[in-house]
Amino acid sequence: MGRFHRHDDGTAHDHEHAGDHVHDTGDHSGYATGGERVEVLERIFDENDKTAAANRAEFAAAGVRVVNLMSSPGAGKTTLLRETLGRLAGQVRVGIIEGDIETSLDADRLAGFGAQVALINTGNGFGGECHLDAPMVRSALSRLPLAELDLVLIENVGNLVCPAEFDVGEDARAMVYAITEGEEKPLKYPVMFRSCGLVVVNKMDLLPYLGFDLDGFLDNLRKVNPGAEVMPMSARTGEGVDAWCDWLRARL
Amino acid sequence: MHELSICGSIADIVTRHAAGRPVKVINVRMGQLRQVVPETLVYCWELVSAETPLAGSRVSVETVPARISCRSCGHVTEVGAVPVFVCGGCGGFDAEVVSGEEFLITSLELDEEGAST
Repeated sequence: MGRFHRHDDGTAHDHEHAGDHVHDTGDHSGYATGGERVEVLERIFDENDKTAAANRAEFAAAGVRVVNLMSSPGAGKTTLLRETLGRLAGQVRVGIIEGDIETSLDADRLAGFGAQVALINTGNGFGGECHLDAPMVRSALSRLPLAELDLVLIENVGNLVCPAEFDVGEDARAMVYAITEGEEKPLKYPVMFRSCGLVVVNKMDLLPYLGFDLDGFLDNLRKVNPGAEVMPMSARTGEGVDAWCDWLRARL
Repeated sequence: MHELSICGSIADIVTRHAAGRPVKVINVRMGQLRQVVPETLVYCWELVSAETPLAGSRVSVETVPARISCRSCGHVTEVGAVPVFVCGGCGGFDAEVVSGEEFLITSLELDEEGAST
């Protein structure tokens, strides 16, 4: 009696099962069905990635560089963006794509700093999406005058998990990490920390008040992303913001 | 909760490949480094597929452990439950991920009985 089944290594085959031999691994869901099996082998993120490629091509055609800025909620993305816009005004033409589940609060905080802001509310469906994906960013493109911009900063939804999974067509990924979050975060959210070329270490002005172990954090970061550039900062006091602006200029 | 939007993508792919035939099981292969919770994916699929032609089908998730290959010494290390990307052979940091980032639909199992009724 030949039995079709699949092992955890992904191989599928038919073979004789001797006597009462029992497998405890492998997917035996095939036993229950007499139905046909259709091979698919299609990547689930294909459609997102195709749209991301289209976004990237459109940004490139307009001569715009794009940075996807990610963090947990409250790490200081919006404060950093405000400081950034103030410093780059008159030198670099900046557009902002602002992802927010429900409100325009962050976009409002950025109003009046000379940048074009396109807000994406992700609050459709079940309580709102936790990330920006490529089609959402695509929907914002028509609301930004790309031809008149040098740089687009995407403020992703505050979340250390989901945004890391979605290519939106950016040229670089940066994350804002706040020292109030604890040293172990790179180990808990390795996909996010691995996906970013630059990690801004924010709220350094609070260092005297926290038992934060900076070396321990950097050690953990190195374990998941040895190549990451690290930039200490206090967006509130302005420490490190010039270095960040230089980093942005170097993208152009 | 990006499992919901992922289920939307799964529905598109399955609908295309099923071409109207009734689907019983959707086999998904997912690497350990994908931050998708299998149980949540299965549950979200029930929500997303309800009242569609795919209602009643289920998602079966096969997980693939993460492995890194050291660029210095060539040693392949299985990444543990806490993903640390350090070579288990030489302790080096220059390693590439060789498995664990997969996320694809491998196959569909069709429901022949459903087809005949």
